[in-house]
Amino acid sequence: MRVWYFSEMAYHPAWEQGLKRGSLRVVLPNNNFDPKVGHGLLDRYLDEFALCDEVGLDIMVNEHHSTATCLTVSVPMALAIIARETKRARLLSLGTPIANRPDPVRVAEEMAWLDVLSGGRLEMGLVKGAPYEIAPANSNPANLMRRYWEAHDLILKAMSTTDGPFNWEGEFFHYRNVNIWPRPYQQPTPPVWMTGLSVETGRMAAERGHVVGTLLSLSAAGPMFEAYRKRAQELGWTAGPDRFAYAAVVGVGATREEGLRRANLAADYVRTSPVVAEAFTNPPGYNSLSANVAMLKAGNKRGGFVRDRHGSPVEQTTASIEQLIESGTCFAGTPDDVYDQIKALSDSVGGFGNLLMFGQGGFLDHKDTVANITLFAKEVMPRLRELNPEPRRAAAAE
Amino acid sequence: MTKMISLAGTTLELVERGRGRSLLFLHPGEGLAPERPWFDLLSRKFQVIAPSHPGYGNSPLIDGSGSVDDVAYLYLDLAAELKLHNAVLVGTCFGGWIAAEMMVRSTARFSHLVLVDPLGIKIGGRDERDIADIHALPRAEYLRLAWADPAKGEIDFTQLSDSELAAIVHAREAFALYGWKPYMHNPRLKRWLHRIDRPTLLLWGAEDRIVTTAYGEGWRQAIPGALLKVIPNAGHFPHWEQPELFVERVSAFIDNTGE
Repeated sequence: MRVWYFSEMAYHPAWEQGLKRGSLRVVLPNNNFDPKVGHGLLDRYLDEFALCDEVGLDIMVNEHHSTATCLTVSVPMALAIIARETKRARLLSLGTPIANRPDPVRVAEEMAWLDVLSGGRLEMGLVKGAPYEIAPANSNPANLMRRYWEAHDLILKAMSTTDGPFNWEGEFFHYRNVNIWPRPYQQPTPPVWMTGLSVETGRMAAERGHVVGTLLSLSAAGPMFEAYRKRAQELGWTAGPDRFAYAAVVGVGATREEGLRRANLAADYVRTSPVVAEAFTNPPGYNSLSANVAMLKAGNKRGGFVRDRHGSPVEQTTASIEQLIESGTCFAGTPDDVYDQIKALSDSVGGFGNLLMFGQGGFLDHKDTVANITLFAKEVMPRLRELNPEPRRAAAAE
Repeated sequence: MTKMISLAGTTLELVERGRGRSLLFLHPGEGLAPERPWFDLLSRKFQVIAPSHPGYGNSPLIDGSGSVDDVAYLYLDLAAELKLHNAVLVGTCFGGWIAAEMMVRSTARFSHLVLVDPLGIKIGGRDERDIADIHALPRAEYLRLAWADPAKGEIDFTQLSDSELAAIVHAREAFALYGWKPYMHNPRLKRWLHRIDRPTLLLWGAEDRIVTTAYGEGWRQAIPGALLKVIPNAGHFPHWEQPELFVERVSAFIDNTGE
């Protein structure tokens, strides 16, 4: 198993105000952000990413917009810095919300540039993006996936075409001379990742052989990975654990109490993340027809996607650390506890080869974050390498 | 009666009721709702032809796309197919936008145009919003802006069947598809409204806060000779909220203007 550390680089000093207003996203005015405090936080978060390289963890960066939960507005911008500060870690962009980007060729250029800069260490996530990302981007949610797939196809063609320029006149994007410079270090493209929660996403990813990731809820992971394996089998290949990624909050300590305390602080990410003004939580067309019908029927009783082992919704905003461990949202305790929890969850969903480790969140401070990363790398990581070991990678083009 | 019509390589669901002068009715963004009293009342005076816009009801989207231009051409084809002559064209809300797009292309089959709280044009400056952002509002707030009496707009979704809920979900999706960006308007439409050479009535709900009467005044100035009349105690959907008054105003306009 590979472990990819990440932090949303939150601006937690504004959380209290956001909770009071009922939204940490879209409508929380940025006068709740102090640029001087933000300057210190960004600097600190980037130091924590750099530490991961020293201790042998890989690195993941994501982005959100118009929110106090995540200051990263551009994955390539953050990864460009991290690429220069690290030597060994693979760098996972998870990812670029390509249906919200007006210019897919620009995405291809930036990803290729990052791959060249990092000497072929890039892993490239092309993601749908969360529902509340629609408003800041003002992208049409009713044809989001049609646009996603056109952007996806164009980006991969732009990265892998070496005898361009080529022409592209699609439903959404028009170019007459696509010929990106530089081209990527890894040929034909860096490994591609997708994210999702549904069986449908599992199938679609399998048809392309992409890595598929899901987060925070074991009840979504199982069926999605199973659908992927089944589709791969139908297409004549066997999907190993390296095709699957699972994201969870991780808190490890010398004692169980210390590990739980760290996870509990970092888990405020889970508790604040869904606090969004109602109108932005389900834009038209974002969710499937059946999901929408179910939501209307349930009225106010509907729950989020975090579910316990019996499939019942867990109230994310108030969940205890024990409930979050139970739902597979957090791994927490001593190194032994954490290893056992990861192994049990991995076994229960047929095995995943990538753990996306929310190793920092919200009020977990620098000292605790450093201790969390260091202890995890020393005591848990070596054992995880033996669990669902990755197949030998083809050497990057040299 | 409800029927499906094949034309222009697609299909269209429409309901037709009543006798007399033909009236092509283009429904608002929320959908047709022929079970509400307006439809019966209107069909006592006119032969009402009311299609479900592509993406609504059982009418499929045209090529999966959400172009108001396509819908305008489709309805001009429909008017030809039905051999409409001296017909009345009525469009409400989103349907008003479609009706205006049709009439700047061709007024040949129509004698009168009635636009009821229409969307579709840009009046204010680039940092002003003419049309309330319904996708940024909680439902209760939306009802407060769209209805003079918000209680009349309430729907208890938990009491509806799966197919009724599916229709609501589809309508919401289609409305977004047509009008997400630019938001519920065509920046080039106002420029050509002078081509509408038929008597035009703008009917406006006095309490409409999705698009206000000030926006209606912008429409009035852009269409030669247009009249703007306000319906009291009505919001964005006067035909639902004040159906008798609505039908009365439309009939009086047809009786008193044109040929």
